[in-house]
Amino acid sequence: MTKAPAIRSLAPVLLFAAAYAVIAVVVTNSYYQLMLTLVLLWACFGLSWNLLSGYTGLVSFGHAAFFGIGAYTAALGQIHLDLSPWLLIPAAGVFGGLAGLLIGVPTFRLRSHYFALAMLAYPLALYYVFEWLGYQEVTLPMKRENAAAYMQFADPRIYTLLALALLVGVVLLTLLIERSRFGMALLAIKQNEAAAEAAGIDTLAWKLRAIALSGAVAGAVGAFYAVVQLVVTPVAVFGMLVSAQALTVTMFGGVGTVWGPVIGAATLIPVAEILHAELGARFPGIQGVIYGMAIVVVILLAPEGIFWKVRDFLRRRRPAEATPLPQAAPAPAPAAPARSDRAGAVILEVRGLSRSFGGLRAVQDVSFAVREGEILGIIGPNGAGKTTAFNLLNGFLRPDAGEVLLDGRDMVGRKPHVLCRAGVGRTFQVMRPFARMTVADNVVVGAYVRAASDAEARMLADDAIARVGLTAVAGRLAAELTTRELRLMELARALAGRPRILLLDETLAGLGPAEAADVVAAIRRLAADGITIVIIEHTMHAMVRLVDRFVVLDHGAVLVEGAPETVTRDPRVIEAYLGRKWAAHAAG
Amino acid sequence: MIAGFAESFLQALAAGLLAGAIYGLMCVGLALIFGVMRVINFAHGDFMMLGMYAAWYLLTATGIQAVFGGIVGPFVAIALATPLLVLFGWLVHRTLIARVTGRRTAQLEGEGHYAQLILTLGIALILQNGGQIVFGSVLVSIRTPLSSSAWEIGPLWGDLVSIFVNKARVAAALVSVATMVLLALLIARTALGRSLRAAADNPEAATYMGIDVDRAYRVAFGLGAGITSVAGGLLALNYPFQPHIGLEYVIVMYAGVVLGGMGSIVGAFWGGMTIGLVQQLSILVLPTQLQNAAIFVVFLLIVFLRPQGLFGRLTERT
Repeated sequence: MTKAPAIRSLAPVLLFAAAYAVIAVVVTNSYYQLMLTLVLLWACFGLSWNLLSGYTGLVSFGHAAFFGIGAYTAALGQIHLDLSPWLLIPAAGVFGGLAGLLIGVPTFRLRSHYFALAMLAYPLALYYVFEWLGYQEVTLPMKRENAAAYMQFADPRIYTLLALALLVGVVLLTLLIERSRFGMALLAIKQNEAAAEAAGIDTLAWKLRAIALSGAVAGAVGAFYAVVQLVVTPVAVFGMLVSAQALTVTMFGGVGTVWGPVIGAATLIPVAEILHAELGARFPGIQGVIYGMAIVVVILLAPEGIFWKVRDFLRRRRPAEATPLPQAAPAPAPAAPARSDRAGAVILEVRGLSRSFGGLRAVQDVSFAVREGEILGIIGPNGAGKTTAFNLLNGFLRPDAGEVLLDGRDMVGRKPHVLCRAGVGRTFQVMRPFARMTVADNVVVGAYVRAASDAEARMLADDAIARVGLTAVAGRLAAELTTRELRLMELARALAGRPRILLLDETLAGLGPAEAADVVAAIRRLAADGITIVIIEHTMHAMVRLVDRFVVLDHGAVLVEGAPETVTRDPRVIEAYLGRKWAAHAAG
Repeated sequence: MIAGFAESFLQALAAGLLAGAIYGLMCVGLALIFGVMRVINFAHGDFMMLGMYAAWYLLTATGIQAVFGGIVGPFVAIALATPLLVLFGWLVHRTLIARVTGRRTAQLEGEGHYAQLILTLGIALILQNGGQIVFGSVLVSIRTPLSSSAWEIGPLWGDLVSIFVNKARVAAALVSVATMVLLALLIARTALGRSLRAAADNPEAATYMGIDVDRAYRVAFGLGAGITSVAGGLLALNYPFQPHIGLEYVIVMYAGVVLGGMGSIVGAFWGGMTIGLVQQLSILVLPTQLQNAAIFVVFLLIVFLRPQGLFGRLTERT
């Protein structure tokens, strides 16, 4: 990446910080000053939630766990060990990070709803534990001498400025992550975890990093909160409303963007506080009602948060120039080289592979070998076990029996990202684009597995995009592409990781003849470049001209194996496809 | 010594079964909503709170107490509050929830959930705090003469062991089980139940079969609210409540629903029952303050060891 965009995104941060600092210095009313501090703290907390949930899409209802651990670290550390918050806030960050890892390791085994609900349990369990430990109300001791060393200032403006520094730090951290391999990996996980894993991303490792970082930020924010409020109670730091606060400010402002939590906190916190101050006496809980209503209205009008709504609105205001017409003119396909002389040594071998789902034997005792440089077609009628076979090959599923040998090494039980690193790339039958990302970014995700740096990944990605002929649309969002372009993009994503073997799952499905010819040409070019290709298809038509050899699956087992000419004339194949009558017909 | 332990064990067991019967019903209401429409309703505890207040007002302000007397009256009030909550749930779904869920968003992965999560969170905030404005924050309860009397079971084993069960809780547990049975019959035997099951199983196929899936969702949401309102009313016979009570129980509900296998309605009942038992039996080994922490520990254990729930099957829709 060049430096220009980095500066362009830094400028608003610095402007915001400067403006906020000016306001903070001017405001003398201590109540408003506290509000200014709290806005920043809740924005930080929202950013911490955003780091995990906004970018990975795994909704956490339990961020209060980290917040509370941080708050109690600050309070108890000062009471029992007489340590200064200057030390305890970073320590709280460390504890929060550790808690993130401890929680993440078991909890990431769960998906979507289960993950969200399990997260709910941690802070609430901690809530009762801290109550039981006798920490119903912990007050930080006042330090008359040496107050600054204990972060106790008579002037509340200093807290606001410190919180502002914290916020700027967290914002920069988020921006840094957003632009790096880290952020790309998280976004890819959010959009499609399976595709991310197949593209060589170690999803568990990145998720753990995300939750550790998120927990660390939340812990530090919690500690700072304790220092500002001077009193810590279980309900104030572990309560459900704390977790809800992180979620609310972020979702209100915008999920998955650095500005979302800031906008959310800056809008909601003052509204709630002012309402409470003005009307709280006559209508206790009025701020909660208005708060709830604000959420409901925003969700109905701008379900992904204000930031995205405004951005989409602005985008619509200046159309045209941003979306150039696609002028994808793929290079003409080279003539198919003579088939027989391409095949080299065995690169991938499958022996006795079997897998059942309950009583259904999806794949039984399948064996075949793939030779370096060849195009192997796996065909068979619907339900023959083709996709299951691929899922076994690239590690999505574990076989009940059998071996998958890559260069003679058994790869059974390895995760998809490990296989991807070992050189097995794949595409999906149901396309799995990262819809909110540009074509270039989609492909970059696949490149990280081979790239040491962001720049190298970009290079690999550009190269892969060029090889499939999509350079003209590289800047567009994946959601705007046609089926043909999406297929090619998926091909490019798999290619960017420089695979030696490419598993293509029904890459031609849903394409018209002309489009299919385009994709076939692209595949041929890859084969000509020396990539071994295994392609699944249930229609034989386009395949006959493409592949060197067929493996025909039926009812999960290998029916026939051989050159296209022989396979298409084999009566057993005709029977599997068309039924016995036609087989007899063809034979006669 | 042994007799003493046996006594406290049996006492806790009885308390657990009685609490569990009510928790079970609560969970069923939530499971109905989740099972049919895959919506995580954060406001469900607050629906229950509304049901409690509805029953309380019906009892004290409409003369039900005078007509039916102190023993039957509360149950009549609870029964009459139920349709109000069904209607309320139906309206909330129609005006709010339907706009972010249903067939239109069924295709959305990940991001589609955000909207409904935060929407119900917003509704929860409105109900809790609005409740505080409307109802005040003084504890109220639906008292019946049964609430303060008990049957003695025993003495067993000579004169050593005898346990006491509160009459109101026994009555509440029986009503709860009866409601559960009625609901099970409704789902298994009626056309309405069939449409609910079809909508839950495969909304798209159900639509092709001429089932109004959106209507099924509305019904499920209303019915879920009504069922939980019954449970709330029964709970109120023994526990005083205030507008924020929903928060305490929404956790119990989720724990029970997950235990039972998300989406399984009968499972949710047993899940709630398990939570009741865990909560009460943990008194034997843990300090009272950790009673609720025990629920979460069990909850987490189940989620990790058997994410499909104790009674559920793996029917993850992909």
